[in-house]
Amino acid sequence: MNGSRTSTTPADHYCLRLFVAGTVPRSLRVVESLRRICETHMAGRYELEVVDIYQQPDLAERDGILAAPTLLKVSPHPERRISGDLLDEGRILRSLQIEPVAETR
Amino acid sequence: MPDQQANPTLPKAPTGIEGFDDLTYGGLPAGRPSLICGAAGCGKTLFATTFLVNGATRFDEPGVFMSFEERADDLAANVASLGYDLDGLVAAGKLAIDHVRVERSEIEETGEYDLEGLFIRLGFAVDSIGAKRVVLDTIETLFAGFTDPSLLRAELRRLFGWIKERGLTAVITGERGEGQLTRQGLEEYVSDCVVLLDNRVEDQITTRRLRVVKYRGSSHGTNEYPFLIDHEGISVLPVTSAELDYAVPGGVLSTGIAGLDTMLGPGGFHRGSSILISGQAGTGKTMLASSLADAACRRGERCLVFAFEESGDQIIRNARSLGLDLDQHVAAGRLRFEAARPSLFGLETHLARMHRDLDQFRPQVVVIDPISALRGSASILQATLLRMIDLIKARGITAVFTTLRGDGSLMRDDDLGVSSLMDAWIKLQNLEANGERTRTLYVMKARGMSHSNQIREFLMSTGGIRLVDAYIGAAGVLTGTARLIQETQEKAVSELRLRETERSLRDVARRRSAIERQIEELRAGLDAAQDEEERLRAEDRLRAARVEAERQELTARRSAAE
Repeated sequence: MNGSRTSTTPADHYCLRLFVAGTVPRSLRVVESLRRICETHMAGRYELEVVDIYQQPDLAERDGILAAPTLLKVSPHPERRISGDLLDEGRILRSLQIEPVAETR
Repeated sequence: MPDQQANPTLPKAPTGIEGFDDLTYGGLPAGRPSLICGAAGCGKTLFATTFLVNGATRFDEPGVFMSFEERADDLAANVASLGYDLDGLVAAGKLAIDHVRVERSEIEETGEYDLEGLFIRLGFAVDSIGAKRVVLDTIETLFAGFTDPSLLRAELRRLFGWIKERGLTAVITGERGEGQLTRQGLEEYVSDCVVLLDNRVEDQITTRRLRVVKYRGSSHGTNEYPFLIDHEGISVLPVTSAELDYAVPGGVLSTGIAGLDTMLGPGGFHRGSSILISGQAGTGKTMLASSLADAACRRGERCLVFAFEESGDQIIRNARSLGLDLDQHVAAGRLRFEAARPSLFGLETHLARMHRDLDQFRPQVVVIDPISALRGSASILQATLLRMIDLIKARGITAVFTTLRGDGSLMRDDDLGVSSLMDAWIKLQNLEANGERTRTLYVMKARGMSHSNQIREFLMSTGGIRLVDAYIGAAGVLTGTARLIQETQEKAVSELRLRETERSLRDVARRRSAIERQIEELRAGLDAAQDEEERLRAEDRLRAARVEAERQELTARRSAAE
């Protein structure tokens, strides 16, 4: 985990948007899980917006969200999206390019 | 098949696609999803778009188009040529287009998720315009975007359940797969109505076909039906929709050839009938058809000529040699030529063109010259001609077909000829005898009228077409020069006979005058004899008187002497 943090770019301020479907237990679990990951690995340099697609369908449409839950990394570029219950911490960090995974994948 | 529509058990949503609603007895199942599948380029998207546009414009059912492939702009541009104004419908709140972009590389998956986003998005679009119809085109694209097929299948099942719950009439398109109807086996989920579109190329000619694979709870036409995509959109031409119930227009159509009219009982062909002119090369088929066209135009009717072997100008030029001025009819807008090589389009396209031209020009007489130029297998040709005839007959148009095959069949080894589809059949034949060919004409059949069974000689000259009775006598049927020779011989014989009679008459007259002369002579002799007799008698009387006088004188003298 430490290696991931050291290899990030200097201007690493993360802007994340999480789309969940309603306030069912699964949604709450996902939000909780993601917050924990963020606090652990990028405390103070992230911004997390949680969107309930029932409440704001227009936002979901704007971002082309089909699956729920979906985590959208708005910045830094490139944009990434992860669908699923976000329980696999290591994979999420890789996908968010806290390590540059995309180029080598 | 037709009588089962009496019990409308299943509510249906009309697609407005010509022919399709007929063969499904009303359209797609209302409030349920239907699957339209087929390979690329089959017209799935067009089918779906037509379903939505017709729903919005004709059946007051707004619709949502959820596209997983084309963007809204492209979609609108693609169907603009059909006269579908998608943007206008969107602006009027009758249509919503939602382009859902699915790209594999963008989405990563970890753990469980669902497609609630799609549901909400669809629900949002449906609610925004109060949609009754939904199109998902092509939902299988999702399988490319998400890697967990079992999860997707479960979600699709839920989606279709959701569509049913909302009472939405949905069209879901699917790409044709190997060994099954769709690549991802969508037919497992959409089980109410499955329509298969097909685009087959045979002999380099493309034919579109449509088949209703299944339709739960409803009867439907089970055949493969050819369908067309033209400027008016999709039209399915079910062969069986021709239930032979066209209204037959009354009246008789003169052929413009006096001799031919008199061969037909009513003095011409029945209006709205189909007439076949068969004959080999150079027997005058096109010219006979041109004469018919000219006659129609001179009556003030409109005539449409589909020429497959000659250009319109060439036909006009050739007809001029018969003294027919087709140019003036073209200029007056009563005559139109549609010339195209048969190989230029497939049979379907020819039919489509014909369909369009017939509806545009609204002719009373149609000439198709020749049908033997159309290429294809016998069964396809037969079906095409059948539909061509139905197309024309349903409009009450008189049709004139020419064919190069003398026996009226479509192909050399085909006994299922086209002649049985025709109401009347004129056969042109070249008789070869004495080193010359003579054009002849038979009326082989003419439904619903008495007609001459005799052969006629068919003469084409600058004065037009003329039919001459063939010579029928002791020597058999003679035509052409043989007929002329025979006629000359007969003339000579009769002249000879006439001269002989005249000579005999002259003889008799001579004899008669001779006798009369003799009678005159005898009468003169008789007169002379009578004169002689008179003279003799007078002399006799004189002599007697003189004798008496002398005797009296003598007596007197004798008395004096005494």
